[in-house]
Amino acid sequence: MTSIAEHPGAWLAIVGLGFYHGINPGMGWLFAVSNGMQERRGSAVFAALPPIAAGHVLAMAAVLLPFALLAVSMEQIKALGLLAGVALIAFGVYKLVNRRHPRFLARIGPDRLVLWSFLMATAHGAGLMLLPVYLGLRVPHHDHAAMAQMAGDGILSASVVALVHTSAMLLIGGAIAWAVYRYLGLRLLQRAWFNLDLVWAACLIVVGGIALVMTINA
Amino acid sequence: MTATLRPDPTFYPSPKLAMAGPTERYAYTALPRPDKTRPDAIGVVDTVRGSKTFGKVVHKIELTHKGDELHHFGWNACSSMLCPMTAHPHVERRYLIVPGMRSSRIYIIDTKPDPAHAKIVKVIEPEEVIEKTGYSRPHTVHCGPEGIYISTLGGRGKDGTESLPGVFLMDCETFDIIGPWEMDRGPQKMSYDFWWNITKDYMISSEWALPPQFENGLVAEDLLSNRYGHTLHFWNLRQRKNVQSIDLGANHQMPLEIRPAHDPSRNYGFVGVVVDTTNLEASIWTWYREKGTFKAAKTATISPEPADPAKLPPLLKGFGAVPPLVSDIDLSLDDKFLYVACWGTGELRQYDVSDPMKPTLAGSVKVGGIADRTPHPNGTAFAGGPQMVEISRDGKRAYFTNSLYSTWDDQFYPDGVPGLQVMANVKPGGGIELDKEFLVEFEPGYRSHQVRLEGGDCSTDSFCFPSK
Repeated sequence: MTSIAEHPGAWLAIVGLGFYHGINPGMGWLFAVSNGMQERRGSAVFAALPPIAAGHVLAMAAVLLPFALLAVSMEQIKALGLLAGVALIAFGVYKLVNRRHPRFLARIGPDRLVLWSFLMATAHGAGLMLLPVYLGLRVPHHDHAAMAQMAGDGILSASVVALVHTSAMLLIGGAIAWAVYRYLGLRLLQRAWFNLDLVWAACLIVVGGIALVMTINA
Repeated sequence: MTATLRPDPTFYPSPKLAMAGPTERYAYTALPRPDKTRPDAIGVVDTVRGSKTFGKVVHKIELTHKGDELHHFGWNACSSMLCPMTAHPHVERRYLIVPGMRSSRIYIIDTKPDPAHAKIVKVIEPEEVIEKTGYSRPHTVHCGPEGIYISTLGGRGKDGTESLPGVFLMDCETFDIIGPWEMDRGPQKMSYDFWWNITKDYMISSEWALPPQFENGLVAEDLLSNRYGHTLHFWNLRQRKNVQSIDLGANHQMPLEIRPAHDPSRNYGFVGVVVDTTNLEASIWTWYREKGTFKAAKTATISPEPADPAKLPPLLKGFGAVPPLVSDIDLSLDDKFLYVACWGTGELRQYDVSDPMKPTLAGSVKVGGIADRTPHPNGTAFAGGPQMVEISRDGKRAYFTNSLYSTWDDQFYPDGVPGLQVMANVKPGGGIELDKEFLVEFEPGYRSHQVRLEGGDCSTDSFCFPSK
């Protein structure tokens, strides 16, 4: 397990990306607002948050866990780091070129909020965005016994990263949901709902680029 | 198609915010041309009081083919784009999706940059519609979670009866036809209007008739033997499955427009029934969901009016009465007033539906009508009767036209139905009065049907946030 003291930048990035994902209305806070308003009680805002968080943490884990098992040696971490960087850039470019929203998401009803949140995060490449940061936290081992230990550590660290990230996402998303529900009102949606599709795509590319540079220099 | 930086200003999170939006400047009105000497058209009408062209057609978009028979139409995108689970707020409410009900051709009309000079940008030929969907005779257009939804009245084959009618999907940005919507239609065999509650994840659809029962006119034998539609269908919107069908009783012929409460926290809505074949009454039904089960109850009736048979067309002479023929209903955005068009008797009624189970008559205007032929208050003759109604977002004005459907117009109003559009002002707290200054007389040869208002109206938008 990698401590915060050793890699403050990485943990800052994990939390920062959590905030970034949390701000995006497409990741769930908007649903929480609607839910609260429909049931006319504040608690319904918060009732929507656990399934949204569950879906998000699963989306993160789905991307990170395979890498927790794969990346044990230095060479593997490096190879996968390059792969993650390239994948992020490719996905970002795809998002830049194809701005269409995936239509299959519209088939998921409000009774399947966990699945919806999982697929929204996945379709946005949210887990992918976290991957290079996670790989940067991995410490390679060389002897076989330690590698087995490493895989175990990998699962644990991937879970912690996913949880810390999602907590940050939940914190900011929940705060925005409550602020809009309680204080700001729906007019905010009309004024301040900026189109972040381009910014999001650019962010994927930038994170991918940083991942490549860091992996090569490591 | 370009994405915007901020949401289209005509997308409103809640009905209340839509009511507070700017006043409409233009109305788009479907102008069918039944004599087929020219194509049908969409008329752009100036609705700004005080403007030099107030109540006048400022532009006419003539279609590319003849004989399409325009009926209903809608927008490519609306307030449902702000719905949390399917948010797509940076597309524009810009294109009118205009189906030809007789031809199955679909026109895409661009209302920007100048709404007064809207123009056709795409024509989808009938062969493509039928091949990709298996459906023909497209009708109601709504913008929703999966894009544009269009109901149809016919299936394959020359008379549209070789397969069942239903709803199909169209992409809201490219206007590509995606395919049929239903996964499991259950007992649904006829189709007409539909609408939904997006947050509660259900859709409601109604039944008019199969094409041979309307294209060449009303078939009296079919009506008197109760063979027109009389069932409401309830669907799981995301799963696209029929979950329940309610037969209103075979004598309740032709439930047409479906008007759910706009506030998504409300689990009810209305539907108008054209005629009860036992007594010629028209009725308003309230449907609602209770503990997951849908129910429907007749909550208002409108009686036929006795009339001198000499004043009646052959179809009605034997009855010595005029049926109200409720052909359209429309609900104000605050869910307070339901407007009911009695096309037969020539009356537009306003019901207070604050208690949806007890509609109470709050206002009425009389104009046109089969027997009465009441002129407009400005003295102009008014043929036909109140038909498609469209209420302004703020609820202060109700616009309506006078033609139902070419062949039915000819049966009920054999002297002709020259296209008109009028407007009633709504008094605060209830009551309506026809506006003397607003009377649009369309060019001779055109009739008039559905009206859409610039920036949205009361039968266009779906909301995912309640008003309070």
